[in-house]
Amino acid sequence: MSDIITVRDMCLWYGNHQALSNIHIQIPEKSITALIGPSGCGKSTFLKSLNRMNDLVPDVRITGDIRYKGIDILGASVDVNELRREIGMVFQKPNPFPMSIYDNVAYGPRTHGIRNRAKLDQIVEQSLRDAAIWDEVKDRLQKNALGLSGGQQQRLCIARALAVKPAVLLMDEPTSALDPIATSKIEDLCTQLKDTYTIVMVTHNMQQAVRISDWTAFFLLGELIECGDTETMFSTPKDQRTEDYITGRFG
Amino acid sequence: MRSRFDEQLALLNKEMILMGALCEEIITKVMKALTEEDTQLFGKIAELGVEIDQKERTIETMCLKLLLQQQPVAGDLRQISAALKMITDMERIGDQAEDIAEIIPFVEKRSARTDTLLREMADASIRMVTESVDAFVGQDVGQAGKVISDDDMVDGYFTQIKQALVQEIIENPGDGERSIDMLMIAKYFERIGDHAANIAEWVVFSVTGVHREGGIR
Repeated sequence: MSDIITVRDMCLWYGNHQALSNIHIQIPEKSITALIGPSGCGKSTFLKSLNRMNDLVPDVRITGDIRYKGIDILGASVDVNELRREIGMVFQKPNPFPMSIYDNVAYGPRTHGIRNRAKLDQIVEQSLRDAAIWDEVKDRLQKNALGLSGGQQQRLCIARALAVKPAVLLMDEPTSALDPIATSKIEDLCTQLKDTYTIVMVTHNMQQAVRISDWTAFFLLGELIECGDTETMFSTPKDQRTEDYITGRFG
Repeated sequence: MRSRFDEQLALLNKEMILMGALCEEIITKVMKALTEEDTQLFGKIAELGVEIDQKERTIETMCLKLLLQQQPVAGDLRQISAALKMITDMERIGDQAEDIAEIIPFVEKRSARTDTLLREMADASIRMVTESVDAFVGQDVGQAGKVISDDDMVDGYFTQIKQALVQEIIENPGDGERSIDMLMIAKYFERIGDHAANIAEWVVFSVTGVHREGGIR
């Protein structure tokens, strides 16, 4: 398994405040990497750096090296739109656009110039199937997406992200706003998606990290404390701070 | 944080220590019944056997409750899963002590040689049980390692006793049944040693995350 993203010596500042220090990590492709740590530890900041979502934050400064498929994504010549097509994002709260289910999924491909109706139909169906929601919405594609349940909205958002054929999906606590059944559906979906996609997921739910991730990275106060295969991290972590956090002694 | 969980773990530890103490007590009593031919002890041994079984159920319930309520990870997960495995070995120790007690009334007129060897073997296996429980209490990998290596010594006693009994059968073929009963007692002590070594292996797992036989890292 090769690494699709490699991060070396990465630091990030918001103004004068250093939010991330000397992060070194490799993200293996076609696997799920969970980012865990207490609130404010920098894990979401790190996640957003992987497709330069932090560019939208004023006063942000990043040093070091973040490579996606060997290409330095911090470089000035990088087409950020193209990068975000390759590395998609799913947010904590489902955020469908206030338009039809179909148009939500077709939105990305249309922005990337696809106009052919048959082609769009095919992409919409495939994306909704891949996001395990096709059977629930196939008869109401023209209905407003806001009428879906929270769990369905989140899967729609995943379908929307998949529609532009990314290689990596970044997920920021994708199930924290969902009930256990909807959570379970998203978790099942993630384990299916990793055959095709690389998933990097921020989660506050330790059991979720244990259940679905292959790799786990523990962040604390802007540092990456420990990173390894999930089974080892949750059975015999090497660093006492990891042990203390995952066993609920702080955080 | 997690003060309730810590209290529950401390209680689990306490119950494990109590169960270990019951195991030590039952084999000490069995040895006493054997060497001093004290038949009064049989009732007490049976009571201890029942108590050990009850303790196993209590600890099992506690562990399952902790797994359900706390969804433990890392050191907590290892401690609870090790406890679940260890109580099976402790319960077997109790059973084997009872099995020995059942045979004792049938082994009169023993030879001094096998008696001495058996006493030494019993002492060694009781010590293994005591030390395996101590290793658990102190989470002491070094002491657990000693218990694991002491198992070879107990196995050695078994071989010696077996040879001595074969010799006795040759010399007094009429006492064959008694010799075989003695061999069974020795075998039960040998198994008690094995269970103590198993307990020690789970102590090592609980502390380091590595079990001799493989399993979860």
